Amino acid sequence: MLRIRRDHVDAIVAHARRDHPDEACGVIAGPDDGSDTPERYIPMVNAARSPTFYEFDSGDLLKLYREMAANDETPVVIYHSHTATEAYPSRTDISFASEPFAHYVLVSTREDDVADFRSYRIVEGEVTEEPVQIVGEAGAESPSIRLNPDVTPVESYMFANTGSDDVPDA
Amino acid sequence: MAVTVSIPTILRTHTDGEKSVEASGKTVAQVIDDIESRHGGLKDRLVKDEKLHRFVNVYVNDEDVRFVGGLEAEVTDGDTVTILPAVAGGMR
Repeated sequence: MLRIRRDHVDAIVAHARRDHPDEACGVIAGPDDGSDTPERYIPMVNAARSPTFYEFDSGDLLKLYREMAANDETPVVIYHSHTATEAYPSRTDISFASEPFAHYVLVSTREDDVADFRSYRIVEGEVTEEPVQIVGEAGAESPSIRLNPDVTPVESYMFANTGSDDVPDA
Repeated sequence: MAVTVSIPTILRTHTDGEKSVEASGKTVAQVIDDIESRHGGLKDRLVKDEKLHRFVNVYVNDEDVRFVGGLEAEVTDGDTVTILPAVAGGMR
């Protein structure tokens, strides 16, 4: 599960909206102590400046990893946006993914009024979607987002014990 | 000729968990071969068809080697070689 602060969610979605129709990308670093807590939000420039591809500039990447090493940080969240497709890792995303301990956050800005916000682990080419728990209330300025109801804990609690859709209730 | 090579998390399985290793060589290619002689498997993750893999960035000090000769980029004593996976992707 990804636990993430509301202000970080808002910042990611705002970045994705700002750069639309190009893909936006960035990182939230956190302490490299296994606490799995995203703390320091770092928007990155998409060096590809493309609606279908993103890449951290290689110089920026080196600077980022040196900073994180100096601060004993790790990239807890690595995010990017898809601007015309769903918030699901593409084959390209999977082939590049190389931080097995990171939460890969995908935001889709294909709809104007609401952004899909989903999170994945990508380990050795295998994608596992995970629930997203947002800490803190939405403010008046918070952009509208939609989590995946199939994996969010609130929804799964709400729909618990009602039987699976493909099995008729007795 | 000794250089320090910084290893990213995902490749540390090839260096017994070490974050950095010492190596020798006059070019990036020689440094990689030298590491490979002690830590088998690393080279395959970095080099494909005699070129650096698209998914990986290699720096000599502050310089991305793609701009200074790729695998033939020169390395001198005391340099730091940093290996980082590219952070990239896209909708396709």
